Amino acid sequence: MKTQITYSKSTLYVKLNGDIDHHSAKYIREEIDRELYKYQPDTMIMDLSNVDFMDSSGLGLILGRYTKINMFGGVLKVANPSERIEEMLVMAGTHKIIPIEKGVKLI
Amino acid sequence: MKDNILINEFKMQFPAISINESYCRKVFSSFVSLIDPTVSELADIRTAVSEAVTNCIVHAYKEKGGTVYISGKYYSDRTVKITIKDKGCGIPDIKKAIEPLYTTDTSGERGGMGFAIMQSFTDKLIIRSHLGKGTTITMIKKLQ
Repeated sequence: MKTQITYSKSTLYVKLNGDIDHHSAKYIREEIDRELYKYQPDTMIMDLSNVDFMDSSGLGLILGRYTKINMFGGVLKVANPSERIEEMLVMAGTHKIIPIEKGVKLI
Repeated sequence: MKDNILINEFKMQFPAISINESYCRKVFSSFVSLIDPTVSELADIRTAVSEAVTNCIVHAYKEKGGTVYISGKYYSDRTVKITIKDKGCGIPDIKKAIEPLYTTDTSGERGGMGFAIMQSFTDKLIIRSHLGKGTTITMIKKLQ
């Protein structure tokens, strides 16, 4: 399923769907970066509530977007990870630089 | 171990291209589902397998293609043995490779967490690698 991306009030909402692995991450990255460069938002929220599976390629996807939005001076947040994905984010330490938010809804 | 009987086993190989990563997870999922793993155990196996296969495609074969050899076994004591093998470049420094956050990738798009995840989601991880010959990853997981 395609990534849904909406922009409103200087915030880019990215709703990811399905499986995030090395294969799908390549396409998702292109989709997000196109919008990221276009809007250069103050905040980007990557919503993981519809992600069924994610491996370390997903961590790479998140870290890569963090680096990109940082270049524009923006902030990245991840929202609604499953327990397992949250465990991986904590294992990789990304939660120290990319806040995890829960209960965030897409506009 | 002498009463530990091999119940089932499979072997297969597939081209080292990224579209096959999800297929490989599905193969292991359906193989292991025959012994009723918990949802969490199944997710552990899918994630660990995905990491190992991605390493073959990205690192061993540098995304230029090759063959990935996988096999699965399970025993009467509910131990699952997963083997994922490539004939790629080999790992120069295994100790370094398994360090969390270490990656040889320079694009900033990889987390360096592959081996750490394999280690944390299985009970035992064995890495055998020879430069220029390839790498064999064996993971053992005991189900409840």
